[in-house]
This record gives sequence, structure tokens and C-alpha cells, in this order.
Amino acid sequence: MMSTDLTIHGHGEAVVSHDTHGGEHEVHHHKETFITKYVFSQDHKMICKQFLITGMIWAILGGLMSVLFRLQLGYPDSTFPWLEDVLGKWAKGGKIQPEAYYALVTMHGTVLVFFVLTGGLSGTFANFLIPLQIGARDMASPFLNMLSYWFFWMASVVMITSLFIETGPASGGWTIYPPLSALGDANMGSKGGMDYWITAMALFVVSSLLGGLNYITTILNMRTKGMSMTRLPLTIWAIFFTATLGVLSFPVLLSGLILLLFDRHAGTSFYLSDIFIAATQKALPNEGGSPILFQHLFWFLGHPEVYIIILPAMGLVSEVMAINSRKPIFGYMAMIGSLFAITILAFLVWAHHMFVTGLNPFLGSVFVLLTLLIAVPSAIKVFNWLTTLWRGNIRLTPAMLFAIGFVSMFISGGLTGVFLGNSTLDIHLHDTYFIIAHFHIVMGVSAFMGMFCGVYHWFPKMYGRYLNNTMSYIHFWVTFAGAYLIFWPMHYEGLAGMPRRYVEYQGWASFNQFGDLNRFISTVAMVVFAVQLMFVFNFFYSIFKGRKVTTQNPWQANTLEWTTPIHPGHGNWPGEIPEVHRWAYDYGKDGKDFILQTEPLGADEQHH
Amino acid sequence: MIPSLEFKSVVDQNKKIHPHKFILWVAIGSIIMMFAGLTSAYIVKREQPGWTTYTTPLAFYYSTAVILISSLTIFLAGKSFTERRMIRYRKMLAATLILGLVFILLQWLGFRHLWATGTTFHGSGAGQFLYIIAGLHALHVFGGVIALFVLWLRARNTRIRSYNMVPVDVVSTYWHFVDLLWIYLFIFFLMVQ
Ligand code: HEM
Ligand SMILES: [Cu+2]
Repeated sequence: MMSTDLTIHGHGEAVVSHDTHGGEHEVHHHKETFITKYVFSQDHKMICKQFLITGMIWAILGGLMSVLFRLQLGYPDSTFPWLEDVLGKWAKGGKIQPEAYYALVTMHGTVLVFFVLTGGLSGTFANFLIPLQIGARDMASPFLNMLSYWFFWMASVVMITSLFIETGPASGGWTIYPPLSALGDANMGSKGGMDYWITAMALFVVSSLLGGLNYITTILNMRTKGMSMTRLPLTIWAIFFTATLGVLSFPVLLSGLILLLFDRHAGTSFYLSDIFIAATQKALPNEGGSPILFQHLFWFLGHPEVYIIILPAMGLVSEVMAINSRKPIFGYMAMIGSLFAITILAFLVWAHHMFVTGLNPFLGSVFVLLTLLIAVPSAIKVFNWLTTLWRGNIRLTPAMLFAIGFVSMFISGGLTGVFLGNSTLDIHLHDTYFIIAHFHIVMGVSAFMGMFCGVYHWFPKMYGRYLNNTMSYIHFWVTFAGAYLIFWPMHYEGLAGMPRRYVEYQGWASFNQFGDLNRFISTVAMVVFAVQLMFVFNFFYSIFKGRKVTTQNPWQANTLEWTTPIHPGHGNWPGEIPEVHRWAYDYGKDGKDFILQTEPLGADEQHH
Repeated sequence: MIPSLEFKSVVDQNKKIHPHKFILWVAIGSIIMMFAGLTSAYIVKREQPGWTTYTTPLAFYYSTAVILISSLTIFLAGKSFTERRMIRYRKMLAATLILGLVFILLQWLGFRHLWATGTTFHGSGAGQFLYIIAGLHALHVFGGVIALFVLWLRARNTRIRSYNMVPVDVVSTYWHFVDLLWIYLFIFFLMVQ
């Protein structure tokens, strides 16, 4: 029969072998202290929670920043004396100063894109679901996995520190284009804050790589018996492609950042040429550099990055949707195929962010074609989600609502992507609020919907308790309606030509018509933010006080994580790892509501 | 060290290749992307005005020879290990380690020479890229040197004898990789100026 070996590191090569099954804490042979259990833990489930909670702290900070700059955008004529009390010189006279505004939008973007929706989202669900759903005791290298979190933590500390230095954090936009970001003299935020930004992001890249290496290796090498690739739940497939994207594109960002660092401090001119700085009345000696080069390096990561954010959300949604429709996911193989197509195409479209940089128009048209091609796999996925819902036996759990919300948002935002993918239209729409609307809906809100869907669905597995339902429903409906109310009107502002990244618009008579609209958007943003705080309350309250989970498989799902004890120890299964006999989506088959993956095939059943 | 448990099930998981080796292969893919990014930037920049070049210092030819030899010594180290000839294994590890350090030193001398002959950080030509690309490569070699050092320390410890091939394999694969990477970069620098 099968046996399980435990290798204990740090004590030579001692090998303990045991074949008995039994109690829940059987695999806890080592002494756990507070430090090894909660801080330097190598248990993927604890690392998941570390990522999740760090991500939540970041989300609150990042969200708070947006509330502050929406205050300025919605009420450009008012002053808020309390702001000066909180922010000091950054809000002199109760008004957010331009430098502060730019710093806020830059940090908001950086934090949400990288620290919340990449580190937080992937870190949480890759760590939690990979071993549990493929049937493994832990990651391929629990030690590297632990390092991955601690690099994330260090990156976080450096980034947070940059908020408190005298010249403030980076403020050239989350894309930190040079020359602005390379020249400390040109902009406050390009002084020390930019170095902190680069350092933090370098640490972040290391964290992502360590995580990604582990995720890929674990998925390919550590599956339990019977778990062929085509029996994997779609969550795992999505995480697999996400990790692949990250491992291949983050290093290129690092390359770009290293060149930037040399331009800043060593006197090289990779990105700099023919520059005169008005503030110091100085002409710089740098020649021959090209700022466009940075954009290529940045967007070679930057575009895959947006899919690094959305793919895990897609995986979570696919899984939750099948479970709560009590139907197999529609088009399982097509789902994998479209994930694969998106992954490949994600590397081939980066220049659609650069249509107006003077890109060769012929090259531009190639990128238009490739960009519009992404709409095909995206549409396939949407079609499959809708058909999964079609005539399903739908259970509107909070997780399911967020899954449906995801699909709605993804459709709305994907459609505007098709506008932008046409370079001729993009000449008008580039750098307007239309872009803000597009990517907040398709990426920001969608990914958050996917993440909430995952948190609501797997919270009982993570903590052995349920979240409060009433608060969950309020959370969903306010977030869903609020997101549309905030971002939908921005399309109109963008179509009218209103540019992004300006601290105030009163100078333009043509945009005065949007004064009321901006106030409305800001108000809704504050309400939605408040509701997120309610979610945070619900989360922490329920960890300690939530209704207890009393059955192993509360959602009646098929996947392996629901065959573990309610509170799984390190090693996940007390006895042997179960063997898998079928795919993850046998819902409503042969008159049975659901059939666990561990259930052997019946006599008249066909292999899947 | 923090005592930790690593669970490996022997029968019930299909393991064609040890996961740690697999991790290394994926990491190699990742490192390749980093250098691919830099060499692509190099090629793009070359087309633009203000491109400057340099003459390749002799030191780089020597360093190339040194790192090639070190691939041989690490290969012999692995072979000795499988044959359980531990003394020779330790010697070969040490030889590789020293060759690695010599390589880094030679790169440094090459840089010094370039600097002295007028190729400094000012500008954005082939020389500036060389400093960064070759510098990053040397950093990766240094990472390998540290790994070799750890292996060597472990091999010296006579109390615990480990005949586990995996760490040796991982380090030697990595070492061959940084060797090949340098050969590629060197040829690239010579051909594309
Ligand atoms: C049908 C699919 C899509 C197409 C054709 C598309 C096309 C585009 C184009 C052409 C731009 C550049 C606009 C400009 O700056 O002028 C853009 C911006 C952006 N897109 Fe999409 N997009 C699609 C889906 C997505 C998805 C799924 C995500 C994320 C999950 C996403 C995230 C973004 C982001 C973050 C930006 C703006 C970055 C910035 O400038 O700050 N897009 N999109
Ligand atoms: Cu893009």
C-alpha cells in the first residue's frame, strides 16, 4: 500500500515512516512554537493567511488613498482643515497639494495592482488551493514558499516606509515612466521615494518568482495518484498559467528597473536624452537614451501583469460557479484552451499601451490585430460561464453572487477593451478617463469580485467558521452597484476628452459640465469604501465568533480540499493522501447531486 | 535552522524528476528572460543615434576559458560523488569554487580596463550595457559560488554523511547554466556591436 515518509530537515536525514491512519494531529511530529506556527511558518495554509491578511491591510491603505484623491476631484473648491491635521504639509490649507495628489494616485495604482491583486490574490489562493486541491502535503519547497512571503513582507515595509520620507513616495504614476522618474530634480517624487519604489518592487519581484517557481513545480510534480492534468479543477489551471506568466515577465521588469537605477545614480543614459529641467534651469549632458525603451520593457511585464491579476480570479469564479449551479462547468477543455491562448497572447500585445508613442504605424496595426485576438478566448470564457449558469440549480450564496458579479464586470470592461485595441480610436481615448473606466472595471473590480468570491467560498475551509451572511449580502450589492456607478460615467468623461492624472480641471471650460458628476462619483466611492471596511470587520469578527463549520463539505463540492478534516493540520490529510478517480465537475450526474473526486468509477461509468 | 517537516510521499505521487531540480529549471527559464530583456534592449538601442562601442578587453577571453574549465571540474565533482569518492569530490568542488572566484576577478579586471580606456558609465552604448549585463551575470556566478561553498562545507562534515545526489545535481546544473549563459553573452557582445 501507500506509505508516507516524513523527512525532518535540520536533523540530518532522519526518516520517519508510518503507515497508520488515525487522529487529526497525527502528522504533527515536530514541536511547534508560536514563531514556527504563525510567523516563520512553512505550512502553506498559514502562508496563505499571511498573504491574505497582508493583502487586506494593503487594500485598506490603497483604498484610503483613492478616497483622499477622490475628495479632491469631487470637491475641488472646498477645503478640509482636518486633512492638514492628518497629512501636514501635503494638505496645506486643507487642500491636497499637487505633489500629494500625484503621490496618492501613484501609490494607489502600485499598491492595488502589485501588492493586493498580485501578491495578495495569487499568494492567498495559490498557497491555499494548490496542495489542497491536487492532493499534496505541501508545496514542492515549503522553505522557498516561506521566503516568498517574507520577501513580500520586506517589499511591503520598504514601500510603506517611502510614504513617510520627507520628499514623499514615488509620484510619476504606477508605470513610472522616465525621464520623469529618472530625474530627482524634476519632481519631488522622483527623489528618494523613487529609490524606495524600485527597491520595494525588486523585492516584490523576488517574492513573486519564488512563489511562482513553487506553484508551477508543485502542480506539475506533486499531484496525487489519479490526478491527471485534465482532472484538475480550473482553479489550479488558472494559477498554473498565472505563475507561468509571472515567472517569464517579472524578470524583464527587473531588467528595466536596473537600467533605470543606473540612469538615476550612475550617470548612464539608457532612457535619457536632450533634457532641460525648468526647475533648475539646467541642460543635462545625457544623450542617446530612449524613454520609449523603458515603455517596452515595462509593458512587456505590464500587459502580462494584468492577466496575472485576472486569471486567478477566473479560476476561482469557474469553480464556484460550477458548484453553485450544481452543474459541470461548461466546456472544461475550452476553458483550459482559452486560458492557454490568453497566456500566449498576453506576451504579444504589450505595444497596445504605446500606440501614441510614435510607434511605427505598421507595427501598430500588427499589435491591433493581436490585441483584438484576445477578445476571442475572453469571449469563449464568458460564453462558458453563462452556459454553466443556464438552467442551473442556482444557489445564490455570497460567493456565487460575487462570481456572477465578476462575469458582469468582465463583460462590461472587456467590451471597452475592444474600443481601445483599435489604434485609431485609441489616439482619441489614450490617457483619458475612458482608460480609467476600462481597466478599473475589467481588472480592478473584476479581480476584486473574483477574490471576494474566493474568500467567501473558502473561508470555512480556512478558519472552520462561516462569515456572517447579512453583512456578506450587503457587501455584495453595494459593491456591485457602487462599482458601476463609479466607473460607468467615467467612460463619458473620457469620450469627451477629459485626461487622466490631473489634480484639477477647472481650467478647462469644456469639462465644467462634469463637476456634478465628479461629486457624485466621489460620494459613491466613499460609500463603497465604507462597505469594504464592513467586510473587513466581518472577516475578523467571523474568524473568532463566526458560526462554526460542522460538516466536512459544507458546499457539497467535489474537490479534494473538502475531504480533509475541518481543521487540517500540517500535511493536510491525517492518513494517506486520497486517490482521485474522476474530474472535479461531476455535479448532477446519474441522479446524484455531486460525486467527490475520490469516488471510484461505477461499473457503467466512462473514464474522464 | 528552523526544524521543519517536509512531506514526501513515496509511492502515491508521480515524480519523474525531483521537484527541487524542476524548480531550478523553471528558475533558469526566468533568469533567461531577464537577460533576454536586456539583450533585446541592447539590440533596440543599437539602432539609435549616439551608440558607442569599445574594444573587448583581453581579460574576458581569459575569463571565458576559466569558466569553461570550471564546468569540467563541477562535472568531475558530480562524477566523483556518484562513485562515492568523497575526497576527490571535495577537491573538485573547491577547484570549481576557486575558478568561479577567478572568473569574477577577471571580469572585474576587464571592467577596470574598459573604464581606464574611456568607457565609463556616461552614455548609453555597448559599454554601458556590458557593465550591467556582465555585472548581473557575475552576480549570478557569485550566487553559484555561495552554493558551492555550502556543498563544500557539508562535504567536510564527516559526522553526517549524505549520499543524496539532488543538491549536487542542482548546483552543477546551475553552474553549467551560468557557464553557457556567459558563452552566449560573450558571443553576443563580440558579434553585435
Ligand atoms: C478584450 C480584451 C482587452 C483589450 C482589447 C484591451 C485593450 C487595451 C488597450 C488598447 C489599452 C491601452 C489604452 C491606452 O492606454 O490608450 C488598455 C489599457 C489597459 N487595460 Fe485593457 N484590454 C482588454 C482587456 C483587459 C483586461 C482583461 C485587463 C485586466 C485584467 C486589462 C487591463 C488594462 C489596464 C490595467 C490598462 C491601463 C494601464 C494604464 O495605462 O495605466 N485590459 N487595454
Ligand atoms: Cu494591455
